[in-house]
Amino acid sequence: MASLDLNDDAPPRLGHFARQSAATIFTLLITFIGLLAVTFFISRVIPTDPVMSILGERATEAQIAETRTALGLDRPMVTQFAIYVWDALHGDLGTSIRTKDPVIEEIARYFPATLELSTIATIIGMLIGIPAGVLAATKPGSLLDQTVRLVGLMGYSMPVFWLGLMGLLIFYGQLGWVGGPGRLDAVYDMMLQFEVTQHTGMILIDTALSGRWDMFANAVSHIILPASLLGYLSMAYISRMTRSFMMNELGQEYITTARVKGMPERRVIWVHALKNVMVPLITVVALSYSFLLEGAVLTETIFAWPGLGRYITDALLVADMPAVLGGTIVVGAVYIGINMFSDLLYRLADPRAK
Amino acid sequence: MIIEPTRRGLGKVALAALMLGASPMALMAETPADTLVIAEAIDDIVSLDPGEAYEFSGLDLVNNTYDGLVEINPTTLELEPGLAESWSVADDGLTYTFKMKAGITFASGNPVTAEAAAYSLQRAVKINKTPAFILNQFGWTAENVDTMITGAGDTLTLTVDKPYAPTFLYNCLTAGVASIVDAETVKTHDVDGDMGNAWLHENTAGTGAYVLKSFKPNEGYVLEMRPGYWRGDAKMAKIFMMHVPEAATERLQLEKGDVDIARTLTPVDIDGMTGNADVKIQKDVGGQIYYLAFNQKNEQYKNPKLLDAMRWAVDYQGMADTIMKGTVIPHQSFLPQGYLGALTDLPYSLDIEKAKALLAESGIANPAVKLSVRNSADRMDVAQSIQNTFGQAGITVELDVGEGADQLKAYRARLHDATLQTWGPDYPDPNTNSSTFAENPDNSDEANNTGYLAWRNAYDPGEMTAESKAAVLERDPAKRVEMYAALQIKHRETSPFIVMFQQARNTGLRANVEGFYTGGAVDAAAYWLVTK
Repeated sequence: MASLDLNDDAPPRLGHFARQSAATIFTLLITFIGLLAVTFFISRVIPTDPVMSILGERATEAQIAETRTALGLDRPMVTQFAIYVWDALHGDLGTSIRTKDPVIEEIARYFPATLELSTIATIIGMLIGIPAGVLAATKPGSLLDQTVRLVGLMGYSMPVFWLGLMGLLIFYGQLGWVGGPGRLDAVYDMMLQFEVTQHTGMILIDTALSGRWDMFANAVSHIILPASLLGYLSMAYISRMTRSFMMNELGQEYITTARVKGMPERRVIWVHALKNVMVPLITVVALSYSFLLEGAVLTETIFAWPGLGRYITDALLVADMPAVLGGTIVVGAVYIGINMFSDLLYRLADPRAK
Repeated sequence: MIIEPTRRGLGKVALAALMLGASPMALMAETPADTLVIAEAIDDIVSLDPGEAYEFSGLDLVNNTYDGLVEINPTTLELEPGLAESWSVADDGLTYTFKMKAGITFASGNPVTAEAAAYSLQRAVKINKTPAFILNQFGWTAENVDTMITGAGDTLTLTVDKPYAPTFLYNCLTAGVASIVDAETVKTHDVDGDMGNAWLHENTAGTGAYVLKSFKPNEGYVLEMRPGYWRGDAKMAKIFMMHVPEAATERLQLEKGDVDIARTLTPVDIDGMTGNADVKIQKDVGGQIYYLAFNQKNEQYKNPKLLDAMRWAVDYQGMADTIMKGTVIPHQSFLPQGYLGALTDLPYSLDIEKAKALLAESGIANPAVKLSVRNSADRMDVAQSIQNTFGQAGITVELDVGEGADQLKAYRARLHDATLQTWGPDYPDPNTNSSTFAENPDNSDEANNTGYLAWRNAYDPGEMTAESKAAVLERDPAKRVEMYAALQIKHRETSPFIVMFQQARNTGLRANVEGFYTGGAVDAAAYWLVTK
């Protein structure tokens, strides 16, 4: 437990910090290489042959051999892996087999779309999920609790593909409240690349920075449905977890003490109990966020959203391994980054963790 | 560096979000009047270089940004002069002279010259990408192409290695790989001797009706109309192609009016749109054919009566109408409808009694077929229908389901027993299918002639090999048509192939969209005639 460190005095703590940092970096490196190794070797044993998927049915034996050499597939697997890790450590994730563009550039193009979508989705999930979970926990078995559980269960169990299509059909097709698939209407999409400076690749931010509020509004109308859909799924998870953490917390003695002392129930719940479930909740939100950042493949497909999940999946289907590996590294980095960020948040939420 | 604007911007973002939250969103659901918006799955694009593009979506783009010496008229699908005004062939059948049209310019403003045309063809041969084989057929190699293709003034001279049927050359010159590129511009983008390949990968330098404004792989592209196009200015100022992988999404966008054309609709979507007056469905054919092939390494498939029995045990019409729901039409010859000399008659139909009788005559008791089929829903449905009707005729079918690439690998190695496959023609000349279905110069394992479908099935077509080779040399077009007709009949009656269907295309259009031509089986889509 982190609290065991409370009695350490200052100098040893610095030493401890250095040791801990070194250990963290070492763990990260090992995790990364492990991730690379697993993905790399799986990519080499799956039966899909990248050469066949590039050249297709008409390929001659000579072309097949030539391409195999060009891709380095004729070398021993360990050599291929060593070369790959070396390049990756130098920021070179290789060139996509399919598009022949550098993988790093492609990811830089796809990732912001996913980041934008999943950030908004997570905010929606959090803003609804946490209060819903808390309220449900305060009145277990009540109508409210049942409703939250039912809504949560639906989020868990309904296929996202179906939900997405239904959402499109109703809110876009029938009611016309939201924009359709894609990040912008065609007319704005065409203007975007020529009239808006792409600072971040996130359309909401870029259009706002350029003062293109018409385009911004259009982007909002496009993102709102997929973000709400993903937000709903995230909410389902967050509200269930919040409920169970809160139930556990509300049974603690200090809560009883607070109540006995006559503290207002609102304060007991929203300040005392909620504060104590913050630490596990941060983990839950972080997990849900990093899950979305991996890219929600089906959602991205239905909404024609050019995001990371679709990028990796499309690449996988044609055995474009540099793209798959590059995408995997980014996802891995995101996971690790969010974990580290949530560690930081723990320290803010729980003074003992300092 | 951008911290300051970001901070300011974020304030505005918050403000705008609040404003939006307070007011109902007004949404436009109409495409701009001067822009054609197309939704299609275009993730097959590998390159936009006409010397390399060889996928449907890439060739559509090439067709609208480049032209060839000879073109296919999008409305009639007949050959017509392209950048060449006229041409002639010498008596020996080896030398072709093309006279270039005067006054045509590339998008850069550079004039189209015979030198540029020669460079373009030489370049396609030299960079040697996938479609280069279309040109290699004429004996052009990286070593000799500079002498076999020459251009000076307004005259381009092509020398070929054999006196081929002139139509063979003309048809091949309509392929994307024979597009004429702006030699001067391309040369300025040469990197390490790649002849501009990397640059043309995502840029265009042609004479076409449109110029590429932007391209984002797997997202879409924007084309802008170029005034003064030699076939007449394009009607739509801009083309916006949107990559939409999901058919149901495309349908919604089309019905909503957010796109003008949806090109990857499924039969379910098409059914669902009937009765919607805002939308119409345009039907035509594509070049792909669906066939069954039986590997003659298994001796039973050399029995002509068994092969005949199987031909009568396929429910061609039933499958086209039900399982395939209008995505194919019954077709029984190796040349797709639209090709020179293609036969469109349908001599075979489901006749279980006849199949049983033929099976009895074959002398093979209880034949078993192991049919390889890739694991996609429509292929499985077709395979199960065949399993059912073959079963009724007394032929047991076992399905061997697997991943497409694996099955292809086995097929190329002659390891299958029977297989359900599709084949798309490579270029708009009958030789493309005739040479692979009806020719097999060496049937030995060592030959490893994987390019010949006949070889893959260990099928020795006998004299058909020579007949097909003769047809590509026949200089009288009418006689050539007769030769292919005879070949198709002989092939469907004797070979271990059963051609069942040809691909049908269903394009969804907004009711006001006119003049969209997909190019049928022989060409790519034309955008420049579209109006709305």
